[in-house]
This record gives sequence, C-alpha cells and structure tokens, in this order.
Amino acid sequence: MSFKWTSIAAAVAILVGTALPALAADQIFVPLFTYRTGPYSGGGIPIANGMHDYLNMLNARDGGIGGVKLDVEECETGYNTQKGIECYEAVKGKNPTVINPFSTGITEALIPKAAVDKIPILSMAYGLSAAALGDTFPWIFNPPDTYWDGLSVIVKQIAAREGGFDKLKGDVIGFIYLDAPYGKEPIPLLQQLADKYGFTAKLYPVAGTEMQNQSSQWLGVRRDRPKYMIMWGWGAMQPTAIKEAAKISYPMNNFYANWWNGDEDLRAPGEAGKGFHNLNWHAVGANFPALQDIKKYVIDKGMSQTPADEFGDEFYDRGVYNSVLIAEAIRNAQKLSGKKVVIGTDVRRGLENLDLPASRWKELGFEGFANPLSLSCTDHNGHGDLFVQEWDGTKWVKASGEVSPMSDVVMPLLEAAAKQYVDKNTGWPKRTEACDHTS
Amino acid sequence: MDLLYLIFVDPFVQMGQAPDLLVQTLWDGLVSGVLYALIALGFVLIYKASGVFNFAQGIMVVFAALTLVGLYAAGIPALPALALTVVIMLALAVAIERLVLRPLLNRPDIVLFMATFGLTYFLIGFGQLLFGGETKQMITRQLHLPQGAIDLHILDGLVTLQKIDIAAAVIASVMVASLAFVFQYTRIGRALRAVADSHRAALSVGISLNQIWVIVWFAAGVVALATGIMWGARSEVSFALEVVALKALPVLILGGFTSIPGAIVGGLIIGLSEKLFELYWGPLIGGGTEAWFAYVVALIVLLFRPHGLFGEVIIERI
Repeated sequence: MSFKWTSIAAAVAILVGTALPALAADQIFVPLFTYRTGPYSGGGIPIANGMHDYLNMLNARDGGIGGVKLDVEECETGYNTQKGIECYEAVKGKNPTVINPFSTGITEALIPKAAVDKIPILSMAYGLSAAALGDTFPWIFNPPDTYWDGLSVIVKQIAAREGGFDKLKGDVIGFIYLDAPYGKEPIPLLQQLADKYGFTAKLYPVAGTEMQNQSSQWLGVRRDRPKYMIMWGWGAMQPTAIKEAAKISYPMNNFYANWWNGDEDLRAPGEAGKGFHNLNWHAVGANFPALQDIKKYVIDKGMSQTPADEFGDEFYDRGVYNSVLIAEAIRNAQKLSGKKVVIGTDVRRGLENLDLPASRWKELGFEGFANPLSLSCTDHNGHGDLFVQEWDGTKWVKASGEVSPMSDVVMPLLEAAAKQYVDKNTGWPKRTEACDHTS
Repeated sequence: MDLLYLIFVDPFVQMGQAPDLLVQTLWDGLVSGVLYALIALGFVLIYKASGVFNFAQGIMVVFAALTLVGLYAAGIPALPALALTVVIMLALAVAIERLVLRPLLNRPDIVLFMATFGLTYFLIGFGQLLFGGETKQMITRQLHLPQGAIDLHILDGLVTLQKIDIAAAVIASVMVASLAFVFQYTRIGRALRAVADSHRAALSVGISLNQIWVIVWFAAGVVALATGIMWGARSEVSFALEVVALKALPVLILGGFTSIPGAIVGGLIIGLSEKLFELYWGPLIGGGTEAWFAYVVALIVLLFRPHGLFGEVIIERI
C-alpha cells in the first residue's frame, strides 16, 4: 500500500516537475507590479486593470505575441518600496521580460539591480528623470516624458498665458507636492526655472501621513498668494488639495498638475474642481478599436476586474498605454533576437528600438490615441509633446494643443543629474550593451 | 541676528499684519484639534476598558466609513444606511468580544495588543473583499450635513468657516461630552473603570466583563464611524483614512491614555500648535512640519509629565 502511494506521489512529482517548466518555457513572462490594496489603491486599481486587460486581450485575440502566449502575473506592492523589492526578488528568477515597478520609490531602489540581473525596467512617465539617458542607464526606460519635461511644459503654458517668459518676473508660483522621492523629483528644475525667469517658487510639502490634512499648506498659499499652483501629488492628497484650494477660493483655472490625477481624484471635489488642469499625452475614453477588443475578448468574457463605469477612464487608459509599450517591445525583441520566447536581455533591445509613429498606433487599433513615440540607445524617454486637459466638472476635456518640453533646459539638467548619480554610486558600470540602431 | 529675528520677531509681525489669517489659522487648528480628539477618543475608550492600545482603531475608521458608503451604493437611503452601519459596528463588537477577546481573558496585555494587530489585518482584507480598494466619496449631502461656508468680514480681512467643520466640531463635542458623562456618572461607566483597573477584581464583584467589552468596542466603533464621516468629507473614503489614525498617538501621549478630557485637551493643543508652527515657523525649515511637530510637543510634555497631562499616575509595588 505504501509503495503504491509512494509511486503515485513520485509520478505526480515528476509530471509536475516536467510540465511546469515546459509550460513556462513556452510562454513570455510579464510580471506586473501593481497595488490594488493600501492607501494608494484608488489610483493603483484602474492602472492595474488597464495593464492587465490589454495583455490578456492579446492572449485571447491573437494568441499572445508572435504566436507565444503571455504569462501575465501581478505582484501586489501596496505602493510600498520594501514590498516592491520583495516582488522583484520573487520574479527575477523566472526570466521576466521587463519590470513595471509603478512607483518612483521602487524604481529608484531597483535601478542598481537592473544592470546586474539583466532585467530592463520600464518606469512609464515616472521614476528617475535622469534615467532617460540610455548611455548611463542602459537598462532603465521612462517614456514618454520625464517629470522635468512635464514641469517645463507647465511653466511654458503658464508663460504663454502671461504673454511670455519675461512676464513671469516677480510672480510667485507655488509647488505643492507629496514629500517623497516622487514629489521632490521636479524641484531642481523648478528652482532653475525660477532663477532663469525671475519668479519665486514657493514649496509646500505634504507628508504621506498628512495627505488628508492640508489646511496648513493652503493657509500658506492664502498668505503667499502664488499666482499659479502646481501639484505633484498622488492618492488622497489630490482630492484633498483640490477641496482645500476651493475652500480658500483659489482660482482653479490657475491650478496645474502633472499627469497623475485620475477621474476619481476629481470626482470627489466634483464641481469644486472645475477648471483644474493637468497634463496628458494620450486620449481618454474607450472609442478605439483596440479598447473595444478589450471589452469583447476580456471584459465581456468575465476575465477582468474592471468595473463597467471605469472602462476607458484616464488611469485605465494609462495602464493600457503602458502595456502597449510592453507588447511592442516584446515584438521588437522577437524580431531582433529571432527567438519567439524572449527574455529580459532581448526586451531591453526591443525597448531601445521602440518606434510608434501615428501609423503604428493606427495599425494597433489606437488611431489618435497617443502621441508618436520613438526611443533609441541614447534616448530612453522620447521627451514627447504633451497637452493640457481641463476638468469640466464631470470629465477631462483637451484644453491646449501639443506642447513640446523645454529640451534646452531639461537636457543639460538630465546630463548633470546622470553624472551626479554616477559620481554618487562608485563603480557604476560603463555601458557595454551593443546598440542595434543602425541610423 | 537675522535668524533670531526670523524666529522670534517675524512670525509675530506677520500675525499682527494679517490678523484675519491668524484667526483663520486658529479656527483651522481648533477644527483639526477636535477631529484629532475624536480619533484619540476611540483609543482611549478601549484602553480604559482593557488596558490595551487598540492598533485596529485606524482600520475601524476605514471599515465604518466604507460600510456606510457601500450600503448607500447598494441602494439603501443615507439615513437608514447610517443606522445599519451602527448595527454592523455593534455586530463587529460582539464578534470581536466572542472570537478575539474572550479566548484571551486574563492573558498579559501584550497578547491582547498583538490580537489587535491580527484584527487590523483581518479588517483590511475583509474590507477589501467586501468593498474593493477603489476610492469612494462620502455621502455628506445625503446625510444632511451642512455644505458651504460662512464668510466673516472681520479684522480688515476674511475668515471663512466651513459649515461641515462647524458640524464636525459640534458632533465631536457632543460625543466627547456624552462619553465623559457616561464614564463618570453612570453604573456602566463605573463598571468600565473597574474593568480597566483589574479584570479579575471586576469579575469577582459580578461585573460582566464580556458585556463591558462589547459596550466599549461598540462605542469605539461609533466613534470610528463619526471619524470616518468627518475625515471622509474632507477628502475621500479610501484605505488612506487609516493613516489619519496615526495622528492620535501624539494626542494620547500628550493627554494621557486613560483620560477623555485629556484626549480633548491634547487634540486641541496639538491641532492649534501644529497649524501655528507650520504657518509661521515652518517655512524657515522647509515646511512639512506637521508630520513630526506633534511628536515633539508630546515628547516635551513627557519630559515633565510622564503620564501625560491628564493620565493616571500609576504607582506599582516592585
């Protein structure tokens, strides 16, 4: 009897042991670091849904990419750097194609590990701005814009409203930010622009524990009377800031933010948020063939956690955009390496060859969805055009044409920051990775 | 010399130059203080009855607020949803007493303290399962809480009083006064204090420990609901509300863990002092002082009064 059971157990073990690697070897492993729990889950959930649904749609509609199914696995970080590192350690042995940390803190913690473990990191429009320089950071990608690009566009927009940069002289511009690596990231550029154009930058930090308790910061705003306010916030900080701004009757039309304000952040203040501005580089909504495919192949089949009323929201579409970049990088990697089942080293090359002109967006079923994007071995960001959108009380509406970042200011700062990073991290490796670009 | 001027003179000059802003700051500090007191009250209630710092108080705030907006979203009108949430908080108190506290009777306090950690993680998961992690909006208008503001044109300037803040101050004051009365002047209050002194002694004189625990956890649940409504109205209803509870720690250190008046006075001192410090002295050191200033105040108080301003001085034989 015991021999019988031992034999069965051994057979099962052998079967499982051989079947699982075989299964894994036939799939492309795409880990997604997400946060569906914790204080920041309000923003984390729709992004996770968008990322997840697009990749699953490719599996359901096309059988994956290049005939190979994607093995999509979420790891819950709770927007916590320590948990993010644990997620990284858990997946790094499984041949991940690319890591999506979805947190500036986690990204910054993983940057030194990426080159060692040969795993590319895609920090889409977040993370370390200096990582845009591919020569210094060959394993890190942060398209389509750095935070510094974003800030420069906001200042440019403010200058345009005032009638030129020279008109900023003597003005006060307030900057309210989450007191964390993410929120502090654009401050060096803000101070440089303040020096250059003669305006005063007033800083209003908000600690993570005080996100819902900002009356002091807004009393400071009332005292300092900044003509414009710029916000680099996240989570509960944002609806609170908008409500507090409304309380002191701050003109909402003069309040700008980067691209991390979702529909939910504005629904809480509702009418009070009317006129609030933020930046974007992609459309909001679901009227795109690829998004309708997501509905058909994933949502309607019950393979998604997306609530019906959040399909096509700003952050959902942001998650979809992130997954389009992943998918295109994998396609490029397959072409460049000649392999069907690609791994991190291949996808890094795929990311360096990312090229999404308008025609490619159309082929993918996203005509008019996002601005063109092209990366290279030296440029891991693209520094694409951005536009301003305005909250009309119920939804975002486009409020400007395309505005290009101030590369003359941003690029030298990026180079200086990259050099500073290398100087600080003794022994930072020189780039040895070959470049596939022929042009 | 300039620095001394900036520290000791300039803030007062600013106060004099813009007295309306000073009054606004004092009002905002007062409102924050009352709201801090409300959070601290939840901790004090349970500490008084069981000698345990309830780590789960923060998540109870989230759970109560999510239950309220969840029931409303499910189609139940606001006021019945509020009543039903109170019933659910009672059910939660009974469940905690039966499943967590009763099996741990007469165990060391640290065991009960650790049990509140377990309860926190259970409620996080359970709340997530029931309501999801998405952000929700507090049903302020549906609960007939006042909207808008009263503008006072005084002191050559403007002082704005938000009606919701006035309501918060009134509700918190009524709750605090009622609880203080119950604790001080009723049989249940005396029984609660007896339980706090010694579980065994209370049992020996016929006090039902189980009943007392249910009452006190239920009261803490109702306080959590009020806290969730008020803080949720200021921002949004999400798991981020849990971090608001951290504000109670310095208030408790300052006021004493066992004193309801201490929670009120501690909350007001911290609310007022941190707003004044952040606005007038904060810019000298880069701002963002509210994250730590309350702890500095609490530590200074501890230096002179180790049991807090109103805490019981406990003398133990060794």
